[in-house]
Amino acid sequence: MKKIYLVFLGIISLIVCVQACYKFEPSEPADDELLDGPIEGLSYAETRRFLDGDVTFNDEIFTIEKGLGPLFVANNCASCHAGDGKGHPFSTLNRFGQIDETGNKYLHLGGPQLQNRAIPGYLPETIPAGATFSKFTPPAVTGLGLLEFVPDEVLLAMADPDDEDGDGISGRVNWIDIPSYVNPRSGVIRQRGKYIGRFGKKASVYDLLQQTVDALTQDIGISSLYNPIDLYSGEEIDPEIETEKVNNLAFYLKTLKAPIQRNQEDPEVIYGKSLFASISCTSCHKPQLTTGNAPIAALAFKEFYPYTDLLLHDMGPELDDGYTEGSAKTYEWRTAPLWGLGLSPNAQGGQYFLMHDGRARSIEEAIEMHGGEAAQSRELYRNLSSNDKQVLIKFLKSL
Amino acid sequence: MSKNYLKTLLISIALTCAFTAVNAQIDSSLFKRVDPQDSLKNSMNMDAIYNRPLLSMGKLPVAVGGYMEANWQHVGEDGISEGHQFQFRRFTIFIASTISKRIKFMSEIEFEPAEGEIAVEFAALDIEFHPLLNLRGGMIVNPIGSFNQNHDGPKWEFTDRPISATQLLPATWSNAGFGLYGKKYSGDWMFGYEAYLSSGFDGTVINNEQNKTYLPAAKNNVERFEESNSGEPLYTGKIAFRNNKIGEIGLSYMGGAYNKYYDDGSDIDDRRTLSVFVVDFNTTLPTLNTFITGEWAWINVDVPETYTQQYGNKQYGGFVDIVQPVLKKKILGWDNATLNLACRLEYVDWNVGKFRETGGKIGDETWSVVGGFSFRPNAQTVLRLNYRHQRTKDLLKNPPVLLGGFSFGISTYF
Repeated sequence: MKKIYLVFLGIISLIVCVQACYKFEPSEPADDELLDGPIEGLSYAETRRFLDGDVTFNDEIFTIEKGLGPLFVANNCASCHAGDGKGHPFSTLNRFGQIDETGNKYLHLGGPQLQNRAIPGYLPETIPAGATFSKFTPPAVTGLGLLEFVPDEVLLAMADPDDEDGDGISGRVNWIDIPSYVNPRSGVIRQRGKYIGRFGKKASVYDLLQQTVDALTQDIGISSLYNPIDLYSGEEIDPEIETEKVNNLAFYLKTLKAPIQRNQEDPEVIYGKSLFASISCTSCHKPQLTTGNAPIAALAFKEFYPYTDLLLHDMGPELDDGYTEGSAKTYEWRTAPLWGLGLSPNAQGGQYFLMHDGRARSIEEAIEMHGGEAAQSRELYRNLSSNDKQVLIKFLKSL
Repeated sequence: MSKNYLKTLLISIALTCAFTAVNAQIDSSLFKRVDPQDSLKNSMNMDAIYNRPLLSMGKLPVAVGGYMEANWQHVGEDGISEGHQFQFRRFTIFIASTISKRIKFMSEIEFEPAEGEIAVEFAALDIEFHPLLNLRGGMIVNPIGSFNQNHDGPKWEFTDRPISATQLLPATWSNAGFGLYGKKYSGDWMFGYEAYLSSGFDGTVINNEQNKTYLPAAKNNVERFEESNSGEPLYTGKIAFRNNKIGEIGLSYMGGAYNKYYDDGSDIDDRRTLSVFVVDFNTTLPTLNTFITGEWAWINVDVPETYTQQYGNKQYGGFVDIVQPVLKKKILGWDNATLNLACRLEYVDWNVGKFRETGGKIGDETWSVVGGFSFRPNAQTVLRLNYRHQRTKDLLKNPPVLLGGFSFGISTYF
């Protein structure tokens, strides 16, 4: 009989193990430590679409058979945006060939983007002699849907191109042409047939569908129904990705949650936030924006905290690479959203690669590189006590 | 594999089983179980192909056998789990035939329901000219490391195969080919060698959906059983030494061109090669009877400079298993049942090198520790309960993805 008891004891132990097994598994990182995840309020159908886009963005690897290249920069989306965060110099983009609003003069030589890698049997591009260029670190992709649905009139209201208020901060929108497949949002404001760009380092991209199609084409060498031109041959070819996948990718980018600030109640973080405002960083890095109407209910009329105004600002000669896009000047850069800044090392291999090209290796360095309209704030930062500087950095790392 | 081939194979197996069953009803004494030889005394890893229990019937020259593996697992990755998973990993049938005293045939046919495939993993004719000179031809298992040849589920105390054996090396890696092998005994010492020419890898090694240089990707190319992608043979060679009181060590190499660089009379690409070096060992510690086995592999792949560093040109990794018998006696009515405590340590770096852009070390690496118990009511059957803790870092060495969970499995020869 003892044997039977032993067997029963074994079976009961096994059942207990099976029922309790999840307690021995790694726990999920806190929500505010992750950039990945959908925005709150999606319907079941929208959540399924988000997950479909998530799979394509993070798991789909473009092989040669799937259309990779032949010239490319990366072979999947996550190569440039690990964990939906900022990129690393490994995936930095090189853009070249445009010095003013008259357009890119090197389109026939591979502009505007350098495809610095090639599948076996092909040679990658090099930057043509005489062309100026700039390096662009891939940005974090979270919260972009909220940025997309900030009404145009809000951006124009923040703009002060002639610095009429005399605060030294001008800020203007980038008026751009949009591709034919892009449908302008309701309430769009146009000027001489051009639209307000809001994505990209130079605010030269209108919306997330355009951003998606551009990335597929320019970064991975994947043609789509929206842009069926093969970058290498210049010929129209069959789409190399299903249109539904492209749309799901754009939907995924729209519905990724905004980064969640950490340690908001920490007195030092609160004090650091007040310092951030007191030295006028908030003149460009606007803490709060609000969306207007949006086709996705979860994105409509929402307050959020991106720390950007989506406008172009003169950042001074130090950051003038001699390259631009749209109507931006070579020294003008769109205010980078600061949300998620503290989580950047989790996507950049434990390090910081900040500013448009990753040249700043710390937040302090990044602040020091602010010139032009931001020079005044930089001086105020320099005049802070060592302790106040640390508290300000602590606040920025909490974002 | 074509449906017709599958159908024929299944019918053949069914008929064999039916024939066996009918005879069994007549006189079960006709069956004879041919158990493997004492592996510690007389054989080396290279003998694993034949060192399997088989069932022969009467004077028929054919013996059959096989093994199966089934698991339950509940694994979570960074707090996300797919829940309870029940897996029927594989069902393998061996058919062996002694055609004459020195001519043998052995085959291993594997069904993997989850992959929806049936694969002939081994089907080769062995002709002995001399103990030191045997010819083997057919579908051969390349002798790279120890696990590739010694991969039967019931031989191991863990539900999962080693990461380095299946995701760095391509176990089970078999190809159409020919080669020579031989062994020499002298007292407690043994020496063995194997050398084969076979078909081999292809461009998927650096063009695959694993997003890393991945030798196992070439396993999906069934055309390698008909034509070599590069038009060149894959060279595989191994030498091994064994001392019955110390253990066994094997040194193996596999290499050759992997890409199609010449087609229809024209050069279409540069010729690119890969090479694999593996050291394997096993030993049983005296007194404690602790069994230790493992292998470590170094891989070099010629990746074009102008391609992406996502696909590395150097890799290494390996595993070590430590198995400690804690009970060996009659348990629950099974004579010589064994309860083992087991631990596996694994590490793989799929991309050894530094980023050209920063000089920083490239990641893409996995550490894993698997602990567990195994219970063997007899030598051919194993029940095993494992817990895995695994850390994986991506290319950029971002914070690791943590994976952990339990698995329970059964595996048996039949």
